[in-house]
Order: sequence, then structure tokens, then C-alpha cells
Amino acid sequence: MLADAWRYIETHPTQFVTALGVHVALSACALAIAALIAIPLGIVAARRAGFALAAINAANIGRTLPSLAVLALVMPILGTGFAPSLVALTLLAVPPILTNTIAGIIGVERDVVDAAHGMGMTARDVLHRIEIPIATPIVFAGLRTSAVQVVSGAVLAAFIGGGGLGDFITAGIAMMAVPLLLVGAIPVTLLSLGADYLFGTLERRLTPQGLRAE
Amino acid sequence: MQWFLRNWDQVAIALWEHVAISLTALSIAFVLSLAIGIVAARRPRIYAATLGIAGFLYTIPTLAFLALLIPIVGLGRTNAIIAMVAFSLLILVRNITTGIRTVPAEIVDSARGMGMSAMQILAKVELPLASPVIVAGLRVAAVTVISVTVVAAYINAGGLGTLIFNGIASDHPPKIWAGALTACALAVGVDLSLAAIERRLRRSHAG
Repeated sequence: MLADAWRYIETHPTQFVTALGVHVALSACALAIAALIAIPLGIVAARRAGFALAAINAANIGRTLPSLAVLALVMPILGTGFAPSLVALTLLAVPPILTNTIAGIIGVERDVVDAAHGMGMTARDVLHRIEIPIATPIVFAGLRTSAVQVVSGAVLAAFIGGGGLGDFITAGIAMMAVPLLLVGAIPVTLLSLGADYLFGTLERRLTPQGLRAE
Repeated sequence: MQWFLRNWDQVAIALWEHVAISLTALSIAFVLSLAIGIVAARRPRIYAATLGIAGFLYTIPTLAFLALLIPIVGLGRTNAIIAMVAFSLLILVRNITTGIRTVPAEIVDSARGMGMSAMQILAKVELPLASPVIVAGLRVAAVTVISVTVVAAYINAGGLGTLIFNGIASDHPPKIWAGALTACALAVGVDLSLAAIERRLRRSHAG
């Protein structure tokens, strides 16, 4: 079965590379856009207790929504294809990054911030040199959760014509062709594990020296 | 909305199927995780090994997991339930073990001093004190399982996903809306109810 799957890739290299490319592009763009929205929003929200609470509650509801339901809801409004899939996946990627950014900034100890103020740092210095570095590993933990979710969600984008590796899986299921289904399922699993590993490593690397657990 | 009103019975049946599949998977996962979690709470190496395996399973994309099971168990509900149990293990085992481990040693010692057996300590002291953390895990697992069930309709497991896929296939948006919105409402409803139970358990232990 595995040999058959490999033979399929060998005989259809462009199809496979295109699907892989679309899958990676869809996931990476969704994650990048979500980060650009969620991180600044989280930093602003963390300043005001009421805003932070509202954002966290909204994000918690967002996190519970089934991925396929979100993709399906976007379709009647925006149609099928790459762009609607990107919108849906971005929506799915925002909540974990937003919650972790807020939690990361709020979690910075009051004493540390007070000490920085005492040293004559401005609010801007405190944000850039204290709060953001301390919050970074937590933000990356959020990015890690979102990345895995987006790679997984991008498989479902095949249902609304988004392309990607999910196409092989759906075709394989429809035709009950196990090798074809493996052509989609195995690479996408490796992609997801890779994203998890990559962001896990970044999370550890970006932890400031003084905060690392020995 | 009109479609929904005219076909509410269809939606109700799909919702019932969805709840039944999710509940079956969650119950199996919970019993399994409770057994593993209790053992793992006493043996750190078993805990580390279990989390490693469960973490790996958890990272596999839903549809890929369902697809990979097809050569082994074929299409249908069994396939879906196996996948859901695999996805829930990480969250449930982690929370059950953490819950039991965070019970203060003094409390366990005094229970032992009162002459309780290991079994009694587990049932009357450790598990009740761990219950808020266990319910928190159950909450995340329930939401995950509900979400996987939507996708599992594609491999003929039934549930609300069926409405979504039929709606997409026949290009009939009201059907898609009905399936997707009901699934969202179910997930949010279950999440909020379990959150309320979790808060109540925390309060009753704090007081």
C-alpha cells in the first residue's frame, strides 16, 4: 500500500507538489495573518481589564467552534476556493494566539514592571524590553496550538475547494483507493508534527535566559 | 430559517446522532483515561510515555486520522469512535494525573492515618479533590469530540456533519447553515455547561 502511494507520487509529481504547496501556503498565510491581528490586539487588550476579559471570553467561544462548521459557514457567504478557506482558517487561528498574548502580558509580575518604572523606563521601554520578551514564549505556545490547528483545518479546506493535501484524502475515500488516501494523509501528518516541533523549539529558544527552567 | 422550520425533524435526528456518537466516544475515552491516569499518577515514567504517545496522536489532523483508519476498520461509526478516543486521551490523562498529583500529601497521609485503604483514599479523597481539574479536561475533550464528529460524517458516521456535506454536495446553503450552526451551538452549549459544573466543584472544595 505504501509502495503504491509512493508510486502515485512518482507518477504525479506536479499534482503532489502543487497540493503540498497550496497546503503550506494556506496554513502559513492563515497563521501569519492571524498573528498580525491577534498579537497587537492582545497587547492593547491586556492594558484594560474589561477589554481583556471580553476578548478572552470571545476567544474561548471561538476555540470551541468545530473547524469544519466554520469552513462550511464561510462558504455560502464567500463562495469556494483558496480565499474563502484562508478567511476561515485565519478565524480559527486567532483565538489561541489572542488568549496567550493577553495571558502572557498580564502574567508579567507587577514587581518587575514597578522595578522597571523605578529604573526610569518609559511605558514604551517597559513594553518593548520587559513585557514583550517575558510574554514571547507564551505567545509562541499559542502560535504552536494555532499552527497545528491550521494545518489540520487546511485538510478540511478540500471540502470547500481550497485545494491542498486534503484533495487526495477526499478522492481516496470517494474511490475507496487506499494508496491515494495515504498520499494525502501521511504528508499532512508529517506537516502537522513538523509545525508542532518547529514552534515547540522556537518557544524554548525564545524564552529569556533568566526565565529558563534548569 | 424557513428550511430549518420545515425540516426541524431532520435536524433533530442529526443532532441526536451527533450527541450519541460523541457521548459514546467520550465515555470510552474517560474510562480508559481514568485507568491510565490513576496508574500514571503513581509512576512518572508511565506518565511520560503515555503523554508522548497521546501527544503524537493528538497532532495528527482529524481527516488524516479517519482516513488512516479506513484500511484497518473501514468506513463508519467504529472508525470515528476510535479516532475520537485517540484524540481525547492526551487531554483526559493529563488532567486526571495532574488532578490526583496536586492533592496535598498531608491530606493523603491523614486519610491513611485514619485507617483508609489505598482504594478508599482514591475513591473518597483523591478523586473528589481532583474532580474540578478532571471536569476541566472533560470539557476540552467534549468540545474536541463534537468537532471530530462533524468531520466523521464524511466517512458515514452520521450526525450534523451529514447536513453540511449534503448541503455542499447539492449546493443548498440553508442545509449547510442548519448543520454548521447547530454544531456550533452544541459545542458552545456543552462547553459552558461543563464550565459551570467545574466552577461549582471548585467552590464546594474551597468552602
